[in-house]
Order: sequence, then structure tokens, then C-alpha cells
Amino acid sequence: MRFPGTGLAKGLAVTMRQMTRRSVTAHYPDALPDLPPRSRGVIALIEENCTSCMLCARECPSWCIYIDSHKDVVPATTEGGRDKSRNVLDRFAIDFSLCMYCSICIEVCPFDALHWSPEFEYAELDIRELTHEKDRLREWMWTVPAPSALDPHAEPAKELGAAEKAADKARAADLSAAEGAPAPPPPDNSAEEAP
Amino acid sequence: MSDLLEALLRVLVVLVAFLLLPLLVGQAEHKAMAHMQSRVGPMYAGMFHGWAQLVADGVKFVQKEDVVPRDADPAVFRIAPAVALLPYFVVMLVIPLGPGLVGQDLDVGLFFVLAVMGIGVIGTLMGGWSSANKFSLLGGIRVAAQLMAYELPFVLVGASVAMAAGTLSLTGIVEEWQPWWLLWQGIGLVVFFVAGLAELQRPPFDMPVADAEIVFGPYTEYGGLRFALFILAEYAGIVVLSALTAVLFLGGWRGPFEDSLGWLWTLVKTFLVAFVVIWVRVAYPRMREDQLQRLAWQGLVPLALLQLALTAVGVVATA
Ligand code: SF4
Ligand code: SF4
Repeated sequence: MRFPGTGLAKGLAVTMRQMTRRSVTAHYPDALPDLPPRSRGVIALIEENCTSCMLCARECPSWCIYIDSHKDVVPATTEGGRDKSRNVLDRFAIDFSLCMYCSICIEVCPFDALHWSPEFEYAELDIRELTHEKDRLREWMWTVPAPSALDPHAEPAKELGAAEKAADKARAADLSAAEGAPAPPPPDNSAEEAP
Repeated sequence: MSDLLEALLRVLVVLVAFLLLPLLVGQAEHKAMAHMQSRVGPMYAGMFHGWAQLVADGVKFVQKEDVVPRDADPAVFRIAPAVALLPYFVVMLVIPLGPGLVGQDLDVGLFFVLAVMGIGVIGTLMGGWSSANKFSLLGGIRVAAQLMAYELPFVLVGASVAMAAGTLSLTGIVEEWQPWWLLWQGIGLVVFFVAGLAELQRPPFDMPVADAEIVFGPYTEYGGLRFALFILAEYAGIVVLSALTAVLFLGGWRGPFEDSLGWLWTLVKTFLVAFVVIWVRVAYPRMREDQLQRLAWQGLVPLALLQLALTAVGVVATA
């Protein structure tokens, strides 16, 4: 038989028990929050990787990435060769008052120039000051955590394999040039040796 | 001359208590409610766990503009907060803290207290009526209905205690009080507490200010200092209800070392009851208007009558 009023007593008991427990409040300005390492705090840019291809700016749903660039001519290195041109980034800015942290720019960048940094304390008193230029974006790059380790027995990253193969080839060429012995060392690109 | 001075002094002490105790209860509510909900409540005002939060709130309220709606009845609108607040001050004058420690001991203290407490609710009703706002009016009508329903059991159990003690004086009731009254007057205690909560419109009986339905009931049009007075009245009401419960049903200053520490006992009991008021607010959802009326007429009134009969039998048997 249910005694009348059990529910009322239970309600009181629950609140009282809750009062004796620790609260879950994060004391943010006094204590830094415990964020997951991959939090979407701010977008960082490796300027060196960026080719000014504009993909990010075009894909951004809120049109908040500003890119200016110009072409530089690299003179030909060989006799009679053709001059090459390359893009130089003049301005790269993200307006964080418009950004909605959708991560599309980061996904779309083909050169891994954009990364999420967990840094989040970049509030400003004026909304116009929320447009951050490439110097500031480059600085945030230092706070981006290193990529997570591969699973055991996983294939090494493609770039690593390619770089190692090239290094091996160069070493073999060096050896054969020095000794005249055509004995290239076996290619060895196992995961343990990956730098 | 010294009589006058003493009377003034007593009023002054009660005035300080009247301004201080509601703030204490309010702060306790801030903190207890927060922790019951896994929060920490105010933390910054006053540098230590937000002890000065209510002072800061008060300063904020004072700075606000004093607005009277165009269609409102200005005179009634303006004095309503005072009418809501002052009765609790008057009641506090006659509640004894210890033997002889009372603003003014009245022979008909209980009768006086119950009568004056009803006036406080009229202040809310006036605010609702004069605001020229349909939400305020609805809230005011709900206040009136609630007052009607809960005043009856409130007074009936008050009468039961008076009958048991054989006196209407609050001091006299505490002196007659025996620990076994806790059982004998147990039903009365519960009915008095619940009906008191309902008269103060405290959750779960806060139908008149149900913010999801009628904005803030009678207080919808109020802002600034007048609003603050209404809120202060609510907390003063909690103090008065808790003190009355302690005095009538929990034996006031009776307890170990009552000769020297009597006043402390009254305060401790008062704050315990006040804590229950806060606790109940956190634990229970708001009651619907029909449930509210049913609880009063089908629950509390018969219980109060039963208590009255029990008391009568007890008095006759022991006489
Ligand atoms: S996160 Fe989304 S909104 Fe923000 S800059 Fe990148 S693409 Fe634009
Ligand atoms: S998509 Fe990447 S490489 Fe292209 S402009 Fe944007 S950041 Fe630079």
C-alpha cells in the first residue's frame, strides 16, 4: 500500500540530498574551465601553408573571411627556363563577430592551413575589434594541440611515406655516387622509424 | 518620559529586526535554493560568497525610475506597497522573543496578529486592482480567492492553540506550552504552516504571481522601489509566519537554558521554519488554481475542524 504523502516526502528528500552534494558550477573567471582538447575556441592560421586559394572564403556561409593577395614572379632558375609566379598573402582576416564556428573553412582548406585552437578568451569591448588579422591568427597556431597519435599498427600517414621514400632515394644515390656500388638499401618505412 | 523613551527604543529594535531578518531569510534562500539546484548562487557581491547581494539589489532598485501607468489609480497604486509591508512590522511588534522580550505584549495578541496579517494581503489586492492591467487584475482576484480560502483554516487552528493554552496572549501561550503539544497540536501545526504559506503566496501556492500565465500578477506594473517593497513584504511575511509558527506551536523560547538563552531558541526555531519555507519552494511545483481551492476547502478546513475538536476534548479531559 502506498502511504499518502510519500511523493511529497520524496521531493523534500531529493532536494535535501542535492544540497549536501558539491555544486556543478564552473567558476570560470576564477578557475579556468576544463575544456576538451579539440574545443572550437578560435580559428588559427598557418600562414606558410596558405596558398591564397580562396576556397575557405568562398565556402564560408557567413562570408566572414577576408583574403587579399597578389602574384609574385619567381625568376627562372635554369637558363632559358620560364619565370614562375606564386601567390603571396597580403591580408587574411576572420571576423569573429560573424563567424558561427561551423568549421567549414577548416574542413575545406586543402593545405591544412586552418586549425581549431581551444583558446577562447578573445572578447573585445567593441564589436569591430573582433576582426582578427593574420598575425593574431598565426599566434593562435601555437595553442593548437598536436594531432593525436595513430592507432597501433595503423598505416603511417601518406606524406610521411612519400617523404621517406624520397629521402631513401637520395641516400641511395649518394651512396652509389660515393662507392660506385649499385646496392641500394632496402626501403624501410615502418611505423617505428617514422620521425 | 522614560516610558516614552523605552517604547521608542523597543520600536527601534523591532524596526532593525524588521529590516534585517527578511534580508537574512532572502540571502539564505539565495544560497539554499542554489545548492539544492547544484548551483552556488551569488558569489561576488561583498567579496565573500555574495553576502551583500541583497544590498546590491536594493541599491539597484532605488536607482530605478518610479513609473505609474497612465490609466492606473495613482493614489491606490502608490500606497499599495506600504499597505502590504507595514502590517508585518506591526505584527512583529507583538511577537515575543523571550520572556519580557517583546515590543508590546498584548492580552489579545493572537487575535490582533491574525487580524493584522490579513491586511498585508489587501495591499497586494490593491496593487492588482489599481494597476489598470488585466494580468494584475487576474492576479489580484486570485489573491482574494486565496485569502478567502486559507484565512479560515488559519484562524481555526489559531483558535485551537488559544483554546489549549486558555489565553489569547502570545506570551501566555508560550508559557502554557508543553512538549507533548507537538503531538496534540500536530495537525494544527501543519495546517497553520500550509495556510500561512498560501497567504504569503509562496510557492507552491504562488498562483497569483504565476509568471508563466499572468506575467507577475499584481506586481506586473510595479518597478523600482515599490516593487522592492513588495518583495520585502514577502520576506517579512516569511519571518512573521515562521516566528508565529515557532511561538504558537513549537514553544517559542522554551528549551534547555531557557532563562538565559530563550531569545536564541525563538530565533533558531524561527529560522528552522523559514528554512522549511525555502525548502518547500524548491521541492514542489506550483499548484493549479482548482487544486489550490480544493486543498483549502476539502483538506485544510476539515483538518482544522478536527484539530479544534481534538483540542476541545483534550481541554475538557484535563480540566
Ligand atoms: S567557421 Fe564557418 S563561419 Fe566561421 S569562418 Fe569558418 S566557415 Fe566561416
Ligand atoms: S582554403 Fe586554406 S589555403 Fe586556401 S585560402 Fe583558405 S586558408 Fe589559404
